[in-house]
Order: sequence, then C-alpha cells, then structure tokens
Amino acid sequence: MSELDLTKLIFGRLSWESIPLHDPILIGTFIMVAIGGTAVLGFITYKKAWGYLWHEWFTSIDHKKIGIMYMVLGLVMLLRGFADAIMMRIQQAWAFGGSEGYLPPEHYDQIFTAHGVIMIFFVAMPLITGVMNYVVPLQIGARDVAFPFLNNFSFWMTTAGAVLVMVSLFIGEFAKTGWLAYPPLSGIIKSPGVGVDYYIWALQIAGVGTLLSGVNLLVTIVKMRAPGMSLMRMPVFTWTALCTNVLIVAAFPVLTAVLALLALDRYADFAFFTTDLGGNVMMYINLIWIWGHPEVYILILPAFGIFSEVVSTFSRKRLFGYASMVYATVVITVLSYLVWLHHFFTMGSGPTVNSFFGITTMIISIPTGAKVFNWLFTMYRGRIEFDVPMLWTVGFIITFVIGGMTGVLLAVPPADFVLHNSLFLVAHFHNVIIGGVLFGLFAGITYWYPKAFGYKLDPFWGKMSFWFWTIGFYFAFMPLYVLGLMGVTRRMNKFDDPSLQIWFVIAAFGAILIAIGIASFLIQLYVSYRRRDELRDDTGDPWHGRTLEWSTSSPPPYYNFAFTPRVHDLDAWWQMKEHGYQRPTSGFLPIHMPKNTGAGIILAGISTVLGFALIWHMWLLAGVSFFALLAVAIGHTFNYDRDYHIPADEVAGIEAERTRMLANHV
Amino acid sequence: MSEITHDTLAGSAEDGQRLQFHETTEHHPETGTLLGFWIYLMSDCLIFASLFATYGVLGRAYAHGPTGQELFDLPLVAMNTTLLLLSSITYGFAMLRMQMGKLGGVMVWLAITGLLGAGFLGLELYEFHHLITEDAGPGRSAFLSSFFALVGTHGLHVLFGIVWLVTLLFQLKKHGLIAENRRRLFCLSMFWHFLDVVWIGVFTFVYLMGVLP
Repeated sequence: MSELDLTKLIFGRLSWESIPLHDPILIGTFIMVAIGGTAVLGFITYKKAWGYLWHEWFTSIDHKKIGIMYMVLGLVMLLRGFADAIMMRIQQAWAFGGSEGYLPPEHYDQIFTAHGVIMIFFVAMPLITGVMNYVVPLQIGARDVAFPFLNNFSFWMTTAGAVLVMVSLFIGEFAKTGWLAYPPLSGIIKSPGVGVDYYIWALQIAGVGTLLSGVNLLVTIVKMRAPGMSLMRMPVFTWTALCTNVLIVAAFPVLTAVLALLALDRYADFAFFTTDLGGNVMMYINLIWIWGHPEVYILILPAFGIFSEVVSTFSRKRLFGYASMVYATVVITVLSYLVWLHHFFTMGSGPTVNSFFGITTMIISIPTGAKVFNWLFTMYRGRIEFDVPMLWTVGFIITFVIGGMTGVLLAVPPADFVLHNSLFLVAHFHNVIIGGVLFGLFAGITYWYPKAFGYKLDPFWGKMSFWFWTIGFYFAFMPLYVLGLMGVTRRMNKFDDPSLQIWFVIAAFGAILIAIGIASFLIQLYVSYRRRDELRDDTGDPWHGRTLEWSTSSPPPYYNFAFTPRVHDLDAWWQMKEHGYQRPTSGFLPIHMPKNTGAGIILAGISTVLGFALIWHMWLLAGVSFFALLAVAIGHTFNYDRDYHIPADEVAGIEAERTRMLANHV
Repeated sequence: MSEITHDTLAGSAEDGQRLQFHETTEHHPETGTLLGFWIYLMSDCLIFASLFATYGVLGRAYAHGPTGQELFDLPLVAMNTTLLLLSSITYGFAMLRMQMGKLGGVMVWLAITGLLGAGFLGLELYEFHHLITEDAGPGRSAFLSSFFALVGTHGLHVLFGIVWLVTLLFQLKKHGLIAENRRRLFCLSMFWHFLDVVWIGVFTFVYLMGVLP
C-alpha cells in the first residue's frame, strides 16, 4: 500500500486545510474557547474535582442530576446559538448600500444553519428534557425513572451530538443548507464538503439519546405513578410530558430514517433525492416535516405544562378546567401529525391538499385557545402573586397569542403564497418559540430552581432578565414582521434597498437587549449563589405548591421519597397540607436503588469518535470505533449487578436531618 | 366547579375517615421493561414505515433500468421466507422450554433459531451480490435504492438479532434461567417475531407485488 493510501485510510478527508486559519472570526473564537476551556479544566483540576464530577455527576443515574446536566448543556449551547443570532443581526443591519458586511455568504450560510440546528436540537430539546427528567418522577411520587442507565446514556448521546456541532466550528465547516438540509442542495453534488455530514451525524447520535429518553419517560409515567394517582389525577405538567414523549417516540424514528436516506445518497451513491435516476426530492421534504411539525409540539407542550403549574400555584387556586386542559393537550398531540404539509404549501400539492392542511392547521388553534382561556380563568379572582415565574407566564400569554395569530394567518394557503420564505415567517416562529418555549423554560427554571438547589433565585435579576428578554424580543422581531410583509426573504446576507436598513437596525438593537436579558440571567445564577443563605428555603415548599415534588426536601434526597406517597386528589400535596399531614419520622425501610455506571459516557464518547470518523471518511477509525462501541455495549450487558439497598439507618439519618431543618424553620 | 369537588373531598375526610398519605411498606412499581421494549419496537416499526413509504413512492422509478419483474427470483425469496418463518417457530419452542425451566432445551432451540437466521442472511447477501454484479446495485435507480434500503435495513436487524442471540447464549450458560435472562429472552422473542412480521410486509409489497407488470 502506498503512503498516500495509508494517509487517506487514517485521516480520510482531514488535512491542515480543514482548519479555518484564514478566517479571523473563527480563529478569534477558537482562541477564546481555548482560553476559556483551559481555565475551566484548570480550575477543576486545581480543585481536584475530577473524581467528584465523575462519581457524583457523569456516571450518576439519578434522574435529578441528569436533569441538571441537561440544563447545563442547554444553557451552554444557548450561548453558542445566541452568538450566531447576534452575528446575523449585526451582518444584516450592516450590509447595505454596497457594503458586504463582515460575513461572506459561505460563512453567513453556516451561521444561520448552525443557529437553527443548535437552538432546536441542543438548546430547546435538552432544556425541555432536563425539566421533564427532573420534575416528572418527583411529581408522580417515583424514586427514579423506569430505566436509570438509559437515562444517563441518553444524556451523553445528546451531548455527543452537541460536541460534534461545536467541533465543526474549528475543524472543517458546518452545513450551509438551512436547518432542515433540503436536497438537492444538501446532496453530494451541491454540498461536497463535510458540513452536511456533521449535520447528519450530530443529529443521528443525538437522536438516539432523544428517542431513548422518550421511551424512558413514557414508561416511567405509565408504570411508576404513586398508588392512587390515576391518569386524571396526574399533574398537568406530567400530562404534557406524557404527550410530548409519545410525540418523541412517534416522530423521531422518521427523522432517523430520512437522515439515513440522505446519508446513503451522500456516502453510497443511492438515488433517493437526486434529480436524476428517478429520485424524488419531495419525499425528503414530506418525511422531514412529518417529524418536524410534531417536533414543535414536543417543545411547546411541556412549556404549556409549566405555565399551568405556575399559574395555579401563584394564583393560589386549583387550575381552571383541568379536564379540558388534558383533552386539549391530547387533541394537539393527535392533530400535530395532520398538519405537516403547511410547511410547503407552495411546493405544488395543489388546492385540494393545501385546503385540507390549511384547515387542520387552523383547527389546532382551538385547543390552544382553550388553554389560554383556562390560564386566564385560573388567574381570574385568584390571589395572584407576581413572582418571577408568574411574570414569564403573563409575558408568554400576550406574546404567544400574537405569535399564534400570525400562525393562523400563515395557515391560509393563499396568504402563505405571499408570505412563505419571508422574514414574516421567521418572525412568526421566533414569536412562538421564544414567547412560548423559552419563556416557559425560564418560568420553569425559576419555579423549580429552589427545589433543585435549596435556595430561590434572586428576584431582582430575574425581573431584569424578564424585561430585557421581553422588550428585546419585541424590538428584534416586530421589524421582521414588517419586512416580511414588504416581501423581504429570509437567509440573505446583504440587501440593496437602503430604505429597509432602519428595520434591521431596530432588530439588531432588540438582539442587544436580549443579550442583556441573557446576561441578567447568568448574573442571577451567580448573585443567587452568593446570596444563597438569605434566599435559602428550609421547607422544601417555597411557593406553597400543590403537587408532590414540593412535599420533599430541597434538594430532595437521592431516593426522593422515604415512603411512597399515596394520592387521593389532583393537587396531592395541597390536599396533604389541608389535612394536616405529618411526615413520618420513624419506621424507615431499606430502599432499593440502581447503581451508578460509567457505561453511558463511555458509549457516547466512542459514538462521538465514530461520528467524527464517518464525517471525515476515516474508514479505519470508523471501523475500529464501531467495533469498540459494539464490544462495550455487549460488555455492559454482562453486568448483572446493577442495584443495591440503601440501609434503613441511612434513610433514618437523612430524614432526621430534614426534621431538624423543618423544626429550625418554624 | 373544580373548587366544589375539592371542598366535597375535604369535607368527606373530616367526616371521620382519615386518609392515608403514604405507603408504610416497601412499594415496588411494576417493572416496565417489556412495555419499554414494545414502545421501542413500535418506534422501530416507524423507521420501517418510512422506508416502506419511500419504496411505495419510488418503487416504480426504474430510470430505464431493470424492473422488479426482471430482477426478483421468487423461488429464492420463497426459500428465504421459509427460513425466517421457521426461525420464528423455533424461537417459540425455545420459549416453551423456558416456561418448563429447561435450560438445555432453550439453548438448543435458540441455536437452531440463530442458524436459520444466518441462513436467511446468507441467501439475502447472495441475492444482493447477484444484483450488484448484474449492474442492478442501489445506485442504478431510485427503485433499487429504495429496495436495497428497505430489505437491507431488515437484514441489518436480523444481523443484530443474531449478535444479541449469541450474546444471550453465553449469558444463559453463565447464569441460567434467572429473572433477568428470562426477561431478555422475552425481549429478543418480541424482536425476532417483529422482524418476521416486517418481512411478511417486505415479501408481499416488494417481491410479490414487485413482479406484477
């Protein structure tokens, strides 16, 4: 074998030219990341925290710790996704009147693709999954999820996908195709580089994690509810989590399949989505939206659940219309499969098909509207306390209704023919995703933070974050509605008509306000940590909550409940408080729990290597890592020693500490 | 309305019956492995559904290349189908032996199942090789792309099933018919029968309907 072949076998397409040394922005970013990364790693080493991180976090199968790790991943990736956003806003405000701005088209195209992919898959999904992971077992009175090891594995697979996307920043390039990578643009002829391959493998690897976590939470909710908690006594957040996980299990396989077909086209000269040999591009567009539309409901339903919990807690009232809330959630779940074609009305389906999908789309606004009224009626004559979670909720109701109305506008096929592919659309989906999903997540984070860490978040910085986010949102996206109505299309990196510039400048100003909102949130985390003794909550129930998670200490012990709760009412904890429920202080039993394992992080690490090797056509490394993956996976199944009992004495000790804390408080 | 129900409940409790708010004995939730595996299988079924749909759309896009009628060798496929269906029956025998608690019988029937599966794979590989040498590989037309993707994905599943089956044989030898292994046997059983069902779809829609003019 000649030397050239050997190099190719080992390094594939990777060479020194793949490192973007010519681009000062990327080199600058790389230096910043390198310095920041070294500082973090150095700090961990200095604090000798590696063992602690490994034993207590990375290998943990505790759903609470995994939930927190998901949140950390989502927030870190939010910074990356937002950096992309602000770069785009600055470019578009700048590149007028012959100016090229500072981002050439091939760079700009990567940025908008990465922004979409990161925000959906590596910000919204981890944050939503993190909240579900943390809260659902506590709300249903369970000690962990159904498959604790799979939970850890799912988290690390999601992280592996995020790592690949980040690597693409410095080695090679990311896709320049838009976040759904439509062929033929994403085919091998038009996109011969590694960008689309990064896209494919990052999503495939993260998709394994998402699917398994969906199965896991679904089984958890179906099988592990506390005795007495019938389906119609489940907290609304758990209901929305159930529906979301049904959607995950029923939608993500389609994404896996369609990306696999695209990969076959690119790697093995198959002809699914080619323009010759009988391939059919519309097959891709249909399949990806059959996943893509349910995906937006996967994100929004748990946010609806969070708002429902927040609104009833802070109005000191039982949720108005619980049953209708549940039915609305289920109806949205079903309908979300019947609307996918509205994403491409203009692609030639004809008036009959378009009418059908236009009408189903409009019908979805009915259950959603019912939800909005339920929240309003819950607040009506309630004793409302405007704590930060409630602010996010009120901000959401107003913003989301506007986004919903522009959505119904777009659902009318003739209107869509005018507005499709314009900034109006961009404004619409940011309106519902920021105003719905993100506001929901911030409400949820503020609401459950004291549960997870034992102290509340500082309200001043929380309010700062809320106002900057909200006002920033309106400044950033209302101009895009206007521009869209004037016919400006999306994904442009420069403009000719100087009269448009002012709108982009306003939008950029809005993005800067949002940046302050994000900074306020980070400052909030820091300030709250510094003031944790003042903000401390010893009761475990800082908001006078209604559901079971508030019956535990904050943070809850790793076994969650010393005794499994028995449920008699929808607002189980509220009822327990009304009946003057006394915590048991004796008679503890040993508790059966799963053991930690490093298999998840190892498997995901090997998957990252495998993905990288496939992206760069390093066939030798790909083969080796594939067999390593198989060997570790099989090896893991030979481990039968997966659980242990917490001795009753240990439980008694932890519970006695809680008794002491409660006594101190009163 | 919701307020009223709440009051009624609270009232009824005050009438003397004290509600018990926690379990005092060890509480074991039902194990969810079989349900979880079912749900996984259904998600896998959706992958096949997508591939069937793709075949449904592209299955007649020959691009002036060979058609199913020209390519498919039905006697070969019939033999293949027989092997796979037989392997489902032999897996059933293994499960019967498991219910009787006979480890040896389980292992023998499992081994036979694995061999039948391997025979199926061998014939499939022979067919694929034959097609590719006849210039009817997956890159020839969208029809052949969707054919290879669908049938190949099923074949990969069978291969994975065989790897799992062999692993399980070692684990059975080591630990016998303990609860974990019985659960794994159940899961693999569902997986194996699921592949059989999918194959019936492949056999019907791809091969039988493919040779129709």
